[in-house]
Amino acid sequence: MATNQWWASETFWRKTAIWVTGGSMVVLMLLTMDTLSQISVGTTRVPAYSVINNRIEYKFDEQRKVQVPVIGAKEPLFGKELSEEEAEALVKLGKLTTQAKNCMNCHTLLGNGAYYAPDLTKAWLDQYWGTKEVREVQMVEFLKDPSDKLHNSMGRRMPKLGITDEEARGVVAFLKWMSSIDTNGFPYNFKSIEQEN
Amino acid sequence: MATLGICDSANLNGGQKLAVKYFTVAITLFGAQVLFGLLAGLQYLMPDFLYGVLDFSVNRMVHINALVVWMLYGFLGSVYWLLEEESQHEVVGLKLGNLIFWVLTAAVTVVVLVYLLVQVGPGKESTIWLINEGREYIEAPRWADIGIVVSVLVVFYNVAATFSKGRYTGIAGVLVLDMLALFGIYLAGMFYTTNISIDQYWWWWVIHLWVEATWEVMVACIMAYGLMKVLGVRRKIVETWLYIEVALMFGSGILGLGHHYFWIGTPEYWFSIGGFFSALEPIPLVAMVVHAVFDAGARHAKNSNHPTMAWLIAHAFGNFFGAGVWGFMHTLPQINLYTHGTQWSASHGHLAFFGAYATIIIAMFYLAVQHWRGGVWMSGDLPGNGWKWKWSLGLLNLGMVGMTVSMLVSGYVQSQIERAIEGSSWIGYFAAQAHPWFVQGMWWRELFGVMFAVGFVLLVWDLMTIGKGEKRALVPAVSEG
Repeated sequence: MATNQWWASETFWRKTAIWVTGGSMVVLMLLTMDTLSQISVGTTRVPAYSVINNRIEYKFDEQRKVQVPVIGAKEPLFGKELSEEEAEALVKLGKLTTQAKNCMNCHTLLGNGAYYAPDLTKAWLDQYWGTKEVREVQMVEFLKDPSDKLHNSMGRRMPKLGITDEEARGVVAFLKWMSSIDTNGFPYNFKSIEQEN
Repeated sequence: MATLGICDSANLNGGQKLAVKYFTVAITLFGAQVLFGLLAGLQYLMPDFLYGVLDFSVNRMVHINALVVWMLYGFLGSVYWLLEEESQHEVVGLKLGNLIFWVLTAAVTVVVLVYLLVQVGPGKESTIWLINEGREYIEAPRWADIGIVVSVLVVFYNVAATFSKGRYTGIAGVLVLDMLALFGIYLAGMFYTTNISIDQYWWWWVIHLWVEATWEVMVACIMAYGLMKVLGVRRKIVETWLYIEVALMFGSGILGLGHHYFWIGTPEYWFSIGGFFSALEPIPLVAMVVHAVFDAGARHAKNSNHPTMAWLIAHAFGNFFGAGVWGFMHTLPQINLYTHGTQWSASHGHLAFFGAYATIIIAMFYLAVQHWRGGVWMSGDLPGNGWKWKWSLGLLNLGMVGMTVSMLVSGYVQSQIERAIEGSSWIGYFAAQAHPWFVQGMWWRELFGVMFAVGFVLLVWDLMTIGKGEKRALVPAVSEG
């Protein structure tokens, strides 16, 4: 009878299930260890928080055929150069604020979240902010009370979420730092703000 | 002695009494999910609707959290439902199980009230602990995370201990290990880090490994039980299939996690690993379709509970199309670059969660009602020809397919205009969102959402009335061996 064949037996598939699951988990663990070492802060893929002291660009890489972040000349955020610790504290405040204000349930960050508002991965570099001279101030003012600012033609507006001045600066620092992460070309074909002097 | 036609708890064993409580909360939260989904969907069309009162972010958060929690309740309920029958032993820690049910339910109530009334907090860790963690799907504040972990651990203990004392079947073995994984993986999401790449790396462990691995295995166990129960399929066959499904699901799903690691800062080798293994993920779902449809066909669809059987078949196809086909469509990085974070994801998410999970939990609801009413007849010749369950089945499935296709149309427009043409900028984003084709998709989504809601109301009405006053007892499905 066909059910007596080894490939149809319960024992064979039970053992297969155990080995396949165990094997996959081992491979995942190994890959996780490698990946975590490559994406810890201060690596080429995920730069140190003090990168907010520099200009960040998003340029086409001829070899990889996608855009990659390029760290440029000194261009401190809010005109003040920060130490590594100060930069980390500011970015941390920003990241905590994005969680506390539930940004991810309208926006996407690194493409993950909700789809009611634009992706924030490269928000720091977006042409929406006009010129690089007014960008920082505009972003802070927008975050503090976006409800009466120009958004789009559809009437979709960001609500006022009680973001303080300090929190808004933190969010801007977080967005600037996030734009320096090498996301393998996501978002694709991005049109960046003019930053050349 | 069973009392036919009346919801009498004397008709149920201890685990089943607890299961009914879980199911009741599950369907209530299902209702909340539908309601808040309709509100959020309406805000796409009328952005000023509830602006500043219940903003999109709040409605959407309640929509997806209600989803996660009602399904978790559905699964925990299903596990308690089959536990005593499967182990042939009383639930070991039933009192503890009951206590944990009430604690968890109280916690869920508080979390939802805080979501609705407090909504956001200052940019401090205390907000993450007390109000909202701000990470999609696992927004529940940290104190509630701890509650969820403890609750799952208690259910795990009850399952493991009860099976150990009673009969330890193949389904038992898979279920115990799966519950352990369900508990362990959740821990991966319970910490704060400023590094968003590492944040999202572990966040996907929870979301993906729960939804695309442990939950899938959970439903495979429920399916195995369901097929034995309503069709009388032989244990040897369902358990062999269960092992095949576990091997294929974990074999493809664990490394398929890599399809979330294309764009979050992680190395490029995830393109190959994630692309390859996630492309294999539909295979176990095909296996489940073959399994369910073959077994039903082999018995000429003769079964003891027509609504349950219909929902099990809806599950087999919904899982395959929603999770399998809709996932496969944009799982390769070359396509995902354009579709990641667009309405494509929403389209896939809707059909997958409904097809894979909502369907099979609804199947369990019908099974529970049948036995709660003393094991009443639920095959053909129901009063009114069973119009309520048939219409709700039709409206819910058609509503969901309609929403899915509408969002897919919008997703196509978005990936084309925003990503491919306009260069993913904010201007590109709004150009796509304002495009008439995109907007049409959103209107259709809302209309099909209303259809879905009508189907839901009918479902609740049916569950409250089916088998009421029925005097015929069910004819148990006879196992062939």
